[in-house]
Amino acid sequence: MGHAIATDSHEEGHHHHKETFVTKYIFSTDHKMIAKQYLITGLIMGAIGIAMSVLMRMQLANPAEPNVVFQALLGKWAPDGVMNPNMYLALVTIHGTIMVFFVLTAGLSGTFSNFLIPLQIGARDMASGFLNMVSYWLFFVSSVIMIGSLFVELGPAAAGWTIYPPLSALPQAMGGSGTGMTLWLVSMAIFIASSLLGSLNYVVTVINLRTKGMSMTRLPLSIWAFFVTAMIGIVSFPVLFAAALMLIMDRSFGTSFFLSDIYIEGEVLAHQGGSPVLFEHLFWFLGHPEVYIVLLPALGISSEVIATNARKPIFGYRAMVASILAIAFLSTIVWGHHMFVSGMNPFLGSVFTFTTLLIAIPSAVKAFNYITTLWKGNLQLNPAMLFSIGLVSTFITGGLTGIILGDSTLDINVHDTYFVVAHFHLVMGISALYGLFAGVYHWFPKMFNRMMDKNLGYIHFWLTAIGAYGVFFPMHFVGMAGLPRRYYSNTAFPYFDDLADTNKMITYFAIATAFAQLFFVYNFVKSIFYGKKAPANPWKSNTLEWTTGDKHIHGNWDGPIPEVHRWPYDYSKVNEDGEYVISGQDYVPQHIPLQVGEEEMNH
Amino acid sequence: MTAFLIILIAALIAITAWQLSKIVKLGKPVSFEGAEGQIANDEDNDRHGKFLLYFVIAMYIMMIACFIAYKDFFLPDAASKHGADYDNLLLTTTVVIMTVQFLTQALLHYFSYKYRGKKGQKALFFADNDRLEFIWTAVPVVVLAGLILWGLFSWNELMDTSTEDDPLIVEVYAYQFGWKVRYSGADKILGDANVRYIEGINELGIDPTDKDGLDDIVTQELRLPVNRPVLFKFRSQDVLHSAYMPHFRAQMNVVPGMVTQFKFTPTETSADYKSTEFMTRKVRKINEIRRQKNEEAVRTGSDEQPLDPYEFEYYLLCNKICGASHYNMQMKMVVETEEDFNTWLSTLETFETKMAAIATTD
Repeated sequence: MGHAIATDSHEEGHHHHKETFVTKYIFSTDHKMIAKQYLITGLIMGAIGIAMSVLMRMQLANPAEPNVVFQALLGKWAPDGVMNPNMYLALVTIHGTIMVFFVLTAGLSGTFSNFLIPLQIGARDMASGFLNMVSYWLFFVSSVIMIGSLFVELGPAAAGWTIYPPLSALPQAMGGSGTGMTLWLVSMAIFIASSLLGSLNYVVTVINLRTKGMSMTRLPLSIWAFFVTAMIGIVSFPVLFAAALMLIMDRSFGTSFFLSDIYIEGEVLAHQGGSPVLFEHLFWFLGHPEVYIVLLPALGISSEVIATNARKPIFGYRAMVASILAIAFLSTIVWGHHMFVSGMNPFLGSVFTFTTLLIAIPSAVKAFNYITTLWKGNLQLNPAMLFSIGLVSTFITGGLTGIILGDSTLDINVHDTYFVVAHFHLVMGISALYGLFAGVYHWFPKMFNRMMDKNLGYIHFWLTAIGAYGVFFPMHFVGMAGLPRRYYSNTAFPYFDDLADTNKMITYFAIATAFAQLFFVYNFVKSIFYGKKAPANPWKSNTLEWTTGDKHIHGNWDGPIPEVHRWPYDYSKVNEDGEYVISGQDYVPQHIPLQVGEEEMNH
Repeated sequence: MTAFLIILIAALIAITAWQLSKIVKLGKPVSFEGAEGQIANDEDNDRHGKFLLYFVIAMYIMMIACFIAYKDFFLPDAASKHGADYDNLLLTTTVVIMTVQFLTQALLHYFSYKYRGKKGQKALFFADNDRLEFIWTAVPVVVLAGLILWGLFSWNELMDTSTEDDPLIVEVYAYQFGWKVRYSGADKILGDANVRYIEGINELGIDPTDKDGLDDIVTQELRLPVNRPVLFKFRSQDVLHSAYMPHFRAQMNVVPGMVTQFKFTPTETSADYKSTEFMTRKVRKINEIRRQKNEEAVRTGSDEQPLDPYEFEYYLLCNKICGASHYNMQMKMVVETEEDFNTWLSTLETFETKMAAIATTD
């Protein structure tokens, strides 16, 4: 957090009531400050997570070969610079955990839900500013514990981000399942508490604190996405908490929820009657909705960005809302598609195939609606817009391969191969990161009152776009060859020898793409201090957050909260005579009353 | 081909870098004009609209190049009975999704290019169209329904573990980090087993008091007769593993505390499979790579063991993270004629004789 303090202290404060440094920058209850805290913590975690993926890729390109980078960074885990297989698995695990939970859940949803919900619905703050603050600090504590677990004697958790027992339950099975795993579980338990406090706050705020005239059907799609995401979180995170609790008991108090008939290190364990499959059900009951917890906010952000920059209403607002709701509902009943070959009853496999392919339908509707929104627009290709278009592209590419994986029959042979890795990185990893970037580029002027450098933004986008496809498209083919994921080295099977060049190429792309993110980091940090002063509404957007003026006050609006008179997508709306509703201006913000002779959209 | 692909991609990156450097140069004087300079203007829209068009073209080239360059990566024709159906379903699905991919990416990027912003251009206020939305809801519904039905019929057949067709019953036993195999012997029934019986040479924990287990045969090798259904029963002694047999399109997790099952019929003997055109070419390529590596090792004076020439054998590998040596938890599989298989099996000792031998030496 030292970072956030340093960055924000340069802004001129607009003190309306007495605030000390501590209440303003550290234990702040202002949703805007909390959002920035989430963002910066999330970005730092993201840098760590991405660095870990680079280390893994370096190992995969030159398996078991000494590398000075490993020696420098991994110390005793890379004797003579050769990475230890346990360390590889630990990197796999912590990379997954950090990216999914700390970056794409807290960093994305935490930042933008906090920042945008009050501003876009016309509220002075979250329903409970205090709980909001507690939520951030719990997240911070869990981040610290997760990072701290990297330094324990026997290594961090290494059983994969899915932490399936018995591997995660037995320190005899791998070193990382000792203290490292305990810290992982403690960190995640705190994280879940943080996430729940945040989610409850978002839901209550959206339901209760909308300004006058802001009916549910006038909410921007971003708010719909955050609102529904929070509900998915409330439904599913407690289940992970239960699973973690039961795992803790199995580990420490000798219960047998997930363990049975185990013989390890020459000894039969007393556990009897538990089932690892039960854990898989509990884990994926969160794990799958989690994908949408990650993705929906990104889609919500891109809906806003695309409509604003296309200077067109988002196509099919109601269908978009319906899709979000359908995805949310279906997301809680598809978890079994991670378990087709887990040994569960095959009949369940049939059911989950059915529900899984159903979820493709609202997803397809969303993709088509985005494309139609671009049609006959007047596209302002700002970096945020490019990232949103990129998001739709990777969402389609990654989503389509889901049709293979979601089919229980086809899953048999691609399950747990690199095909899966390619699929989910494109559809939730890259897409959600694009959503995060789109959000930062778009709302940076609102967050910091300054503009980001667009040219650096363009460079960042193009290098990332090329790199992301360069990494993940060829990876599908490596998966089709039957190469399993989470392998420390692919040279133990000569059959995979001819994949080595491709694996090297993927690594080069990965390293290049990771370094391309430095353009973003530089731009972000520099713009906070030296960016050009932002105008009140740089993107000529309709939503309420652009009506606050450039003052950053706790309470958002200096005067009364604006009243809402229309939906947020009156871009390029014309009267019958073909003239813009407000002449000379192709947008009508939500707080502008209906003009003379204007008909309200009955969307 | 891979080299070509790398060069192609490098060239694309070089072009991008060159173009980007131009932007930076062009962008510089503008940035002094204040905030307006950081908002896309007509020039930016024009440039990046075009870039999006080039991007989708490059993406098409990349996709096609991948399919061509990596055609050898695809697994060869399945060596099991259900595998042919599996491969057809996979092919059909791939054709469907690649068609959708080509169309949607084209529209997305082409629209982004075609409608790139210009001063004075008026966007169309187009918020709703029930017919369009109906069409693109209905089309995926129909296509997916077809795929689901096909998949479910195959799935039901695949998951059938009945013993009506007199399958060979084989237990595949997993532990950190290896596999063992148990054949059910003459009575075609595997004896009861539990980790609590593990002792000495009874490594699989077969219940010594269960008569069904006495004729069981435990071995390190997985051999199967061709054209006879095989019912696999999987057991693990420690953590989760997954038995993945890619060439047979078969996979099942191995779960401690329970027995999981998978049944399939191998249709190609190892000898036949090795001599297919695909496999000969693949193995030749792999051996060429291994030879080059060896040569390089000699040249650099590395003290690494030279790599042996590779000969294809079916394999079963672990596909569920299970610990440090997960990456090397493999077992060779052999498919042979029923006679060869029976001859081989008859040379092995049953559980009863093994235990008796121990008892006498005691």
